[in-house]
Amino acid sequence: MRGVPFILCLIAAAAVIFACGRWINNSYAFFAAYVVVQYIVLGTAWNILGGYTGYVNFGVTAFFAIGAYSTVVLYKLVPALPLPVMVLIGGVMAGLVGLGTGYLTLRLRGVFFSIATLALAVVVQTLITNWDFVGGARGAYVLRPRVAPLIGGEYVQYLFLVMLGLCVIVLATARAIERSALGYGFTAIRDDEAAAEASGVPTLKLKLIATTLSGGFMGMAGAPLPYYVTYLDPASGFSLNYAVNAIAMPLIGGMNSWVGPIVGAVLVGGLQEYLRVTISSAVNVLVVGVLLVVFVIAAPQGIVGLFQRKK
Amino acid sequence: MTAMLHVEGLGKRFGGFVALDSIELEVQDGERLGLIGPNGSGKSTLVNCICGTLQNETGSVRFAGQALDGLSAHERTRRGLARSFQLPRPFGSLSLMDNLRIPILYTVNARGGGKAIGNEAIVARCRDLLGEVGLAAKADRLPRDLTQIEMRKLELARAMAAEPKLLIADEVMAGLSHNEVDEIIALLIRLNDQGVTVIMIEHIMRAVMEVSQRLAVLVAGRKIADGAPKDVVRDPEVVKAYLGE
Repeated sequence: MRGVPFILCLIAAAAVIFACGRWINNSYAFFAAYVVVQYIVLGTAWNILGGYTGYVNFGVTAFFAIGAYSTVVLYKLVPALPLPVMVLIGGVMAGLVGLGTGYLTLRLRGVFFSIATLALAVVVQTLITNWDFVGGARGAYVLRPRVAPLIGGEYVQYLFLVMLGLCVIVLATARAIERSALGYGFTAIRDDEAAAEASGVPTLKLKLIATTLSGGFMGMAGAPLPYYVTYLDPASGFSLNYAVNAIAMPLIGGMNSWVGPIVGAVLVGGLQEYLRVTISSAVNVLVVGVLLVVFVIAAPQGIVGLFQRKK
Repeated sequence: MTAMLHVEGLGKRFGGFVALDSIELEVQDGERLGLIGPNGSGKSTLVNCICGTLQNETGSVRFAGQALDGLSAHERTRRGLARSFQLPRPFGSLSLMDNLRIPILYTVNARGGGKAIGNEAIVARCRDLLGEVGLAAKADRLPRDLTQIEMRKLELARAMAAEPKLLIADEVMAGLSHNEVDEIIALLIRLNDQGVTVIMIEHIMRAVMEVSQRLAVLVAGRKIADGAPKDVVRDPEVVKAYLGE
């Protein structure tokens, strides 16, 4: 399928999902679905750098929280700003941090790059914790409007709609990358960086594009979070769960295709939500851990890899 | 004839070890140069310095009239300098076809001038190149399905896909059978006839003598001989380096 029909299909799928939600008309369904869609966005964003380009980023929370906290700042300065604009600004902030991080760390390879991104998460968390304007360690309250703009109904429906729209954009971008020269360049870097250079691939430039896109989309995924939780403190904004899930979901779903993070997020995210309700909210981390071990051993190419044509 | 490649006073150290010591080398446009030397004499390091995989500490490399110093490897490839790696480094998750697609997308199309080739032309070009090295039947396979020898052919095809002015073939014939060596020799000479300057690094002397119009010898990071192949192999210093006294 070509680009435009594919985007139309994505939009249609998103519209059907949203219409189903309205029909069910249960606010818990929206809260749960928001989390799953948020993880599709986060997983796909991680996959642009981690799956396509082969640079494992452990600092997911840094980018995610930069998006979230930029919304807190905007909420305090210009509360009337529409949420999609906040999402955009959060994405730009996180994207810039991605570009800067990439520039400083991409001369490191493999595990050293991963450690540097881990350090980034700690640095950003320390900065936020000590920044009084956004609530510091106490956290910040963000009051959510009672009624959703444009569509009416509960505000969480609007949050879900924004996240769904973001999901369409991110998936369309990921798929476009896969089929473009950029995607081939990313794969070449992942497979062999020196050979990629010798084949004319400008590796540093491509890696910077990957970190910027990846970081920016993670920031966008985090931007609506303050409105979703209504109280944001560093412990929840920088929760390890985001990083673990963003890495585990593409890994479980399959890292070579845009479908992978969707499969992973729906499966793992859905299972977590189910267990959160039926057993306890602490058990979901265990689930990710067990699934991760199982998949790394049994299906290293992820679920999508199991179905792909054996070459 | 003008100098295509001009290496002047090139030096490279790894810590205290002098890998290359003020190398002077000139390759004329359209020439076929053989580069030989015992193991560890600095042949591959010289290739890496010329291609930008390593940056030389002293001296300079000029290519087609322009200084390359400080340029990264991909910029040099775009200017028309392609190399194969001694140990094959294929893109493991891509089919052979897509392995060749990378240099076409990033070198041929990037040189552009607004003449980027479309997907169908790229596929046709990849098939032609794979055909030239005898891998057409495996176009859709992954590199892990290839033998070591086929991987060397893939290396060569990938370097050729960048449509270079100067091709550096780093031991592409090692391990090949007699017939296969002949095939690669014919291929290199055919490329040369099409106007590609060739530097060949090789241990197989039969191939070296057949392909090279001129021969340069490296020993312990120094160039000890440079001239007509027949004279060079009789040079007492070269004989001493290979066989001892």
